[in-house]
Amino acid sequence: MAKEGAMQLQMDKEKVTGGIRLRRVVANVVLVLLCVLCLFWFYILLINATHNNAELSGGRFHIFFGKYFGQNWVNLMHSSINIWRGMLNSIIIAAGSAVLCTYFSSMTAYAIHCYDFKLKNVVFTFILMIMTIPTQVTALGFVQFMRNIHLHDTFVPLIVPAIAAPVTFFYMKQYMDSTLPLSIIEAARIDGSGEFRTFNTIVMPMMKPAIAVQAIFTFVSSWNNYFTPALILKSDKNKTLPILIATLRSADYMKFDMGQVYMMIMLSIFPVIVVYLALSKYIVGGVALGAVKG
Amino acid sequence: MKQAKRGKVVSFNKWGYIFLIPFIAVYCFFQLIPLVMTIYYSFFENYMSGMTQIGPRFIGIENYITLFSKGDMLKYALNTVIMWIIGFIPQILVSLLLGAWFSDTRLRLRAASFYKVVIYLPNLIMASAFSMLFFALFSETGPINALLMNTLHVINKPFIFFQDIPATRILVGFMNFLMWFGNTTILLMAGMLGIDPSLYEAAEVDGATPTQVFWRITLPLLRPILVYVVITSLIGGLQMFDVPQILTNGKGSPANSAMTLIMWLNRHIGTSKNFGMGGALSVVLFIITGVLSMVVYKVSNGKED
Repeated sequence: MAKEGAMQLQMDKEKVTGGIRLRRVVANVVLVLLCVLCLFWFYILLINATHNNAELSGGRFHIFFGKYFGQNWVNLMHSSINIWRGMLNSIIIAAGSAVLCTYFSSMTAYAIHCYDFKLKNVVFTFILMIMTIPTQVTALGFVQFMRNIHLHDTFVPLIVPAIAAPVTFFYMKQYMDSTLPLSIIEAARIDGSGEFRTFNTIVMPMMKPAIAVQAIFTFVSSWNNYFTPALILKSDKNKTLPILIATLRSADYMKFDMGQVYMMIMLSIFPVIVVYLALSKYIVGGVALGAVKG
Repeated sequence: MKQAKRGKVVSFNKWGYIFLIPFIAVYCFFQLIPLVMTIYYSFFENYMSGMTQIGPRFIGIENYITLFSKGDMLKYALNTVIMWIIGFIPQILVSLLLGAWFSDTRLRLRAASFYKVVIYLPNLIMASAFSMLFFALFSETGPINALLMNTLHVINKPFIFFQDIPATRILVGFMNFLMWFGNTTILLMAGMLGIDPSLYEAAEVDGATPTQVFWRITLPLLRPILVYVVITSLIGGLQMFDVPQILTNGKGSPANSAMTLIMWLNRHIGTSKNFGMGGALSVVLFIITGVLSMVVYKVSNGKED
C-alpha cells in the first residue's frame, strides 16, 4: 500500500517535470522567434548598408554582406547632409539634458525625502499628477514663447527644461527611500557640514547607481526626440539626427542613393545599440524600478 | 532644550524649499507659461492665409466649436486609437505570456536575461530612424517587395504598402508593438514577481495547473499594474507622432487614414501656423491626458495601501 503510494507520487512527479520540460521548449521557441522578429530589421539594415544603389534597387533581397560599405561611407561623408554636425548637436543636447536632469532631479527628490516642510505633500502630489502629462500639449505655447524671448533655434529650450523631469524625480525619490538613511545626514550635520555641501559630497555619490540608470534613459530619449527639436531648430547647422533623418524622407526619396540612406540610418541607430548592449544589465533592471510604485 | 531643538529643525527645513527652487522655477518657465499661452491662443483667431496674417482677434470659444463640429479631430482621434489598438492588443497578450514565463520559478529559462535584453532593444531605437528604415524596407522597390516577389514568389507585382489603408495602419501598429512589448513585459514581470510566492505554493499543493494559476491568481493580483500599463500606454498612444509622421512624410496618407492627433497639431504649429485652432486642440488633448493622468495617479497610489 505504502509502496503503491510512493510509486503514484513518483509518477506524478515525472508527469510534472515532463510537463515543465514541454513548457520550457515551447517558451524557448516562442522567445527565439520574438528575438528574431526584433533583430531581423537591424540585420537587414546592416546588410543593406554594405550594398550599393544598383544592387539595392535591382529587386533582389540581400541576405549576405556586400562589398560597398566603404564606398557608402565615403559617399555619405561627401553628401550635402552634414551627419557629423548632426551627431555633435545631438550629443550636446542629449548629454546636457542628462547631466542637468539627473543632478536637479536628485536635488528635488532630496528636498522631498529629507525635509519636513508645510507644502511638502502638496508639491509631491503635484509632481506625481503632472508626471504623465505629455509635453506635446504645451508645445504650441512653448514654441511661441521661445520665439518671443529669442531662444528659438538655440539648444537652450531643448536642454534646460530637463531640470524639471517628474519621472526622473520619482525614480530618485524611490531610490532614496530605499537606500538613503536620514541618520547619515544627521551625522553630517553634527560634523558641521552645510546642507548644500552634504547634498553634493555625501548624497550625490550615494546616488551613483540611480544617476547612471537615469542618465542613460534621459540621454537616449533626448537623442531620439524628434517632435520638439523639429519645431525649435530651424537652421541647418543646428539640426539634430532625427531631423536629418526626416529630411531623407521628405526630399524626393526616389532620387536618393539607397546605400547612403541605409548607412545614415545605421549611424543614427547603432551607437545606441552598442551602448545599450554594454550597459544592458543596468538598463533592463532600471525599467521596472521607476515605472510603478512599490 | 526642547525649544532649541525645534528651532533647529525649522531652520533646516527651510532648505526643503531652497532645494525645490530649480524644479519649480524651470517648470513654471518652460511648462506653465507655455500652457497658459496655449490656452490664451485657443481663444483667438490667428493664422496665416497665404502670405497674409489673419488676426489675432478674440473670438471666444469659436475655435472649440469648429474643432468639434468639423469632424477632422474625431477622424484623427479615431485613426490614433485604431493604430494604438492594432499595436496594443498583441503587445499586452505577448507581454502577459512572457511575463508569466520570466517570473515562473519552476520554468527556469536559462537564457532569460538574453531574451530580455533583445526584446527591450527596439524601445531604445530612434523612432524616426526606425520608421525611415521601415519605409525603405517596405517601399515599392524595397527588399520586402523583392523578397515577396522574386524570392518567395507570393506576388507578381510590387505591393505598394503605403497606398493601402490597412497595410499602412498595420505597419504603424506593428512598429509600436515591436518598440513597446519588451518594456511592457518587464513591467508586468516585475508585478508578477511582487506576488506572494506562498500563494503559488499553496496552489501547487492543491494541484492547480499553470493555466489555472495564471487566471485565478496572477491575473487578479496583477490588476492594478495592468490598469497602469493600459492607461500609460493609451497616453503614449495619444502622443503617437514619429512613426506615422516619417512613414507618411507628414501627410498621414493614404486619404488621411494614418493622420494622428499630434501630427495634426504639428501641422498647426509648424506648417499652417494656425495657432488658434492648434491652441484649442492642445487644450482638448491637455484635458484628456490630464484626466487619464489622474486615473494613473489614483491607481498607483491605491496600490500602496
